[in-house]
Amino acid sequence: MEAYTPYLWDLGRIAFMFAICLGLAGPLTWAERRQSAMIQDRIGPNRAALTLFGREIRAFGLFHPIADVIKLITKEDTINIHADRFLYNVAPFIALFPALMTFAVVPFGPDITVGGEVHRLQVARMDAGILVVFAISSIAVFGVTLAGYASASKFALLGGLRASAQMISYEVTMGLSVLGLVLIFGTLEPSAMVVAQGELIGGWLPRWGVFVQPLSFIIFFTAAIAENKRIPFDMAEGESEIVGYFVEYSGMKFGMFFMAEYIEITVVAGLLTTLFFGGWQVPYLMDGVEFVNAAGTTIVGTGFHFPWGGQLYTGEWVGAGLRVGAFLFKLIFLCWLQLMLRWTLPRFRYDQVMTLGWRRLLPLSLANLVLTAAVVLLI
Amino acid sequence: MSTSANTSTKQGTISGSSTGSGSSTGASRAENSAGTPREEHMLLNMGPQHPSTHGVINLRVESDGEMILRVTPEVGYLHRSIEKIAEKVSYNGFMPYTDRVDYVAAMTANEGYAMVMERILGLVDEVPRRAYYLRVIASELCRIASHHVATGTMVMDVGAYSPFLWWLREREAINDFMEALCGARLTYNYMRIGGVMADLPPGFDRRVIRWLDHFEPSIDEFNRAASENKIYIERLAHLGVVDRDMAIAWGLAGPNLRASGVDFDVRKNIPYSVYPELEFDVPVGRGWCGEVGDSYDRYYVRILEMKESCRILRQALEGIPEGDTMAKVSRKLKPERDEAYAPVESARGEMGYYVVTDGEENAYRLKVRTGSFTATQIMQALGAGVLIADLVALFASFDVVAPELDR
Repeated sequence: MEAYTPYLWDLGRIAFMFAICLGLAGPLTWAERRQSAMIQDRIGPNRAALTLFGREIRAFGLFHPIADVIKLITKEDTINIHADRFLYNVAPFIALFPALMTFAVVPFGPDITVGGEVHRLQVARMDAGILVVFAISSIAVFGVTLAGYASASKFALLGGLRASAQMISYEVTMGLSVLGLVLIFGTLEPSAMVVAQGELIGGWLPRWGVFVQPLSFIIFFTAAIAENKRIPFDMAEGESEIVGYFVEYSGMKFGMFFMAEYIEITVVAGLLTTLFFGGWQVPYLMDGVEFVNAAGTTIVGTGFHFPWGGQLYTGEWVGAGLRVGAFLFKLIFLCWLQLMLRWTLPRFRYDQVMTLGWRRLLPLSLANLVLTAAVVLLI
Repeated sequence: MSTSANTSTKQGTISGSSTGSGSSTGASRAENSAGTPREEHMLLNMGPQHPSTHGVINLRVESDGEMILRVTPEVGYLHRSIEKIAEKVSYNGFMPYTDRVDYVAAMTANEGYAMVMERILGLVDEVPRRAYYLRVIASELCRIASHHVATGTMVMDVGAYSPFLWWLREREAINDFMEALCGARLTYNYMRIGGVMADLPPGFDRRVIRWLDHFEPSIDEFNRAASENKIYIERLAHLGVVDRDMAIAWGLAGPNLRASGVDFDVRKNIPYSVYPELEFDVPVGRGWCGEVGDSYDRYYVRILEMKESCRILRQALEGIPEGDTMAKVSRKLKPERDEAYAPVESARGEMGYYVVTDGEENAYRLKVRTGSFTATQIMQALGAGVLIADLVALFASFDVVAPELDR
């Protein structure tokens, strides 16, 4: 049994990661529809019901994702006769796979000690964690481009071409925007970055990425939405123009593209949380600080140490719970923010997206990098 | 000689390859205008089923990747022979068919036909003034509803979905008014030769005024959400510029014409009904965000027209006289041999009915002139050289309604 314990921990971590990614993808489709309904003064989906013991349970339409999946799975799977069958079938998997993989490097909680052993709450801890994110996300281009190419449809082809050009362009910007943070925190490893973000600037402001690199946050967020191909960058889909690279797909294969989009929302939110919003850090919740308890004895442990003088001992376990909770809260908030953007803005034109990427955001992120490097060098 | 040969080959290859569906197999090998060697162009059928055409219109696009080289609008998918039907049904019986000419603003289509028949029968002065006011109220409500669809779908085509549904919510209120007025929500059949079908229901004016109080500020809200959005302006400004001469040469009508700086409104220039008694302005394109006659102007003229319609509605609801709603018209109409033309300002510009009578119970010939047709044909001139995404916004800016285009 002892020999298997590390593997059980690994399985547990992977299960938790999948629970976040897939578990959020379903509710996100519901949230998107419900959210848009709120914005647009509609009621939104509320009809999928479950009848239990003669009572109809609607739960605000929360069963809709399940109904959607049943519909998608039972739908006829059509393939255009001119399509390249192999690539056509494999493309949705290539699109979905990198979206699921990227989350592996995102730490969802602090290291915890169980039975004298330190366990990480992160699936894969690699020294080049950030680089792995970019390496994997560049594979996602293939899924979209192949889908467009293999469908044997001109509209899908246009969508695939748009998507490939856009994703490759914005990856450059995205990578450069993160380098400033790498310089400041001196590491490429996400969990080390999160730990570094636990410090305070001037004794009160958390040293979160968004505070030390605000410009980089805006650039990264913009590029991440472009990478995810959502409005205002949904050139590849452009529902009123070319309908999208997945126009020929039906059933669950379309569903996989759809799922990939929502998992990517979660991944983008996860990366933003990790890089810019202190990951699992709760402001002023610190490890290894001294506390004076009611009996007057001093203990060293985890707890809140407020800048205005108050303190609150939580202990390691409650602290870890709070931190995982904080991570999930930030994650869901950033997902919600992306949904809000989707229903607020119009769409750019193809050439405007390219201009924005190469001629505005790229020079801006380069300037940001040079400035950050100079400041880091001088301090 | 060589030029004409080139052109014919070009067209031949395009129509020949239109059945191919593969992107590489279906690409037409056409020579470009410079006469340089063969280049791969793509033939794209945007329509008849395409989300941006809002109805069944086919834009055949020859493109080089994203860049459009030529656009050929193909019309006729929604042709229902309405003009021919007019030759077979009685004069009163044709009124419901006019609804189907333009079902987005059916009231003005009603009004045009009623007016042309009143001219034939010499009833223009006998129609009660209350009926004229009722027609104005119904038509202006309909104009607002139609511009809701025009501007809303335009914003939607550019990618912002939410403002479109806000407008549909407002349009729903107008549909309710129409239902109260005549029992129908889309094809009203409200007007009659010699008047209107029914008087205002009780409390109608108060309900409309209350709605206007809510609606007029919501135009500003819509502007903040959509019209003033930077992405939206950048998409539309300087796109598809139609200058004054071009607009007149291509026969544009209504808001599309006025966006190009031509101050022409049938309600002002060829006055009819009680419009001379009402005070309103005619918005003309000024190049608000780009230049005069660009897509943004065509869009914004419609927004301003909604405000003007609100002004007209308030005046009409206040100044409506008491009295009958129908002139005395015999059930069976057998006008003498005659002909007449009556234009009205529909939401899509000058809508003219031309009718020739020959002493029978049905028309010898009836012709409907609509604004959508000329707006569609100008796509040939404007479509070349824009991107595919632009074509969608450009086409939306002309507010083409398929049934009005084909009739």
